[in-house]
Amino acid sequence: MRKVYLDYSATTPVKEEVVNAMIPYFTEAYGNPSSLYTAGLTAKDGVDKAREQVAALINAKPSEIFFTSCGTEADNWVLEGVADKLKSKGNHIITSKIEHHAILHTCSYLEEHGFKVTYLDVDSEGFVNPADLEAAITADTVLVSIMMVNNEIGTVEPIRELAQIAAKHGVLFHTDAVQGLGNIPIDVQELGVDFLSMSAHKIYGPKGTGALYIKQGRRLSNYMHGGAQEKKHRAGTENVAGIVGFGKAAELAAANLENHREHCTELRNYFWEKLKERVPDVSLNGPQDLAADRRHPGNLNVSFDYIEAESILLMLDMKYGISVSTGSACSSKSLEPSHVLTAAGVSIVKSNGTVRFTVGDFTTKEDIDYVVDAMSTIAAKLRELSPVAGMKGWE
Amino acid sequence: MGLYNDKVMDHFFNPHNVGEIAEPDGAGTYGSPVCGDMMLITLKIDDNEIITDAKFKTYGCGTAVASSSMATDMIIGKSVEEALQVTNQQIIDELGGLPAIKVHCSVLAEHAIKSAIYDYAQKHGKTYEALEGFDPNAEEDDHSCGVDLSEE
Repeated sequence: MRKVYLDYSATTPVKEEVVNAMIPYFTEAYGNPSSLYTAGLTAKDGVDKAREQVAALINAKPSEIFFTSCGTEADNWVLEGVADKLKSKGNHIITSKIEHHAILHTCSYLEEHGFKVTYLDVDSEGFVNPADLEAAITADTVLVSIMMVNNEIGTVEPIRELAQIAAKHGVLFHTDAVQGLGNIPIDVQELGVDFLSMSAHKIYGPKGTGALYIKQGRRLSNYMHGGAQEKKHRAGTENVAGIVGFGKAAELAAANLENHREHCTELRNYFWEKLKERVPDVSLNGPQDLAADRRHPGNLNVSFDYIEAESILLMLDMKYGISVSTGSACSSKSLEPSHVLTAAGVSIVKSNGTVRFTVGDFTTKEDIDYVVDAMSTIAAKLRELSPVAGMKGWE
Repeated sequence: MGLYNDKVMDHFFNPHNVGEIAEPDGAGTYGSPVCGDMMLITLKIDDNEIITDAKFKTYGCGTAVASSSMATDMIIGKSVEEALQVTNQQIIDELGGLPAIKVHCSVLAEHAIKSAIYDYAQKHGKTYEALEGFDPNAEEDDHSCGVDLSEE
């Protein structure tokens, strides 16, 4: 069976150049970067080079990049670390209703420990209104955390504007840029953010490596306690090969950024045009303007009326070898409707019939044609099974 | 590997008894699209109270479709009394097992059958012990719909 992977927002295949860069750090340069002999220093050189490569992708200084085990750890670290460091100044944090669970669940944890959290609404396309942020800031606010690009519906948030508002009020600003990295241009100087979370496996690097950008001079408590790694800020022996892979993936992402954006946008737009043509009663969730500064270039989040998403996923997977997500990957085994779609005002019923497709560097036009054919057949078959198909007021 | 066993998958990909019987002797729906699954069952019942045909239409996940397919298979040829004895556990057993979070799909099928027979009983002035206290319009509070609307 043909295999078509359309879930690049969940994770990406590791590029061959990345794997090749990593391999020597498993077998030859396997020293501990903390060791003072040659093998250790060689490994340390690998980590330092990766730090430069990751810094270059977001126009930061290498000294502002701190490697973690994943994007989730970076999110946990910044929220808990800032909350702890500034707890004598205030106990209020502002975020949005559509953040990744790495942010939302950490916020719930902080709420259990005496912090107050404001969850900003979003509009029907998923955008946070900067005026809402300004209105939510109080004398107790210590941190604002708004994601750069939403993982489900692809909304690109106005980070520069939001960060300016936080700065005007003397409040620190963090952005979870896991979905933005490698997909939209990121310049931390221009954005004016204090902290930024990243992950390697969304940009054709390995799983198990992430990083937190900490603007020079910004202080937060440690999250991992132990050895003196990462300038005493993040303990634990470095995942050297993983970090080297992250560095290589970042270098490739910087070099390919414009091509990548063009390739994905073109295929995604073609996909949506064809899908609308071939499958009736579908609607697009997230920004309706498909311009790449408004929406993730590879994201297509579609509600199929009258049918349920898990049955679509099963047929795509088992009959056609096509991998997609329903709503968000984290929700696929639970029966909860997506918190992102709910926040954007999508009805529970539409949400139940929603599939997220994400195209990436290895997707071809032929793949899209194949998937549109499959979707057309599947939607017709499931609608034939559905007691609500074509029913007026079925919602 | 795979979320479901081969039998469940087979009943999902090649479901039996799909459709809607014209002028049914009994018809019942259960669930709703808000809950993520909804089933319509229509029955043809002869003068001897034997279910001669059953068809379904289902909105829902793969297991909801498979449960409907299996449940209709199980009741065709049975008497109404016998069909009322079919439990969701029997549907699960016939399907070779369901993951815990999908058990409610089998409950849905059992209720949809009961609703269709209830409709038949109402129209034909029949009473069945197994339907005592059965309310076809009851909220789905006995199986988790999975959506907590109280927070909305």
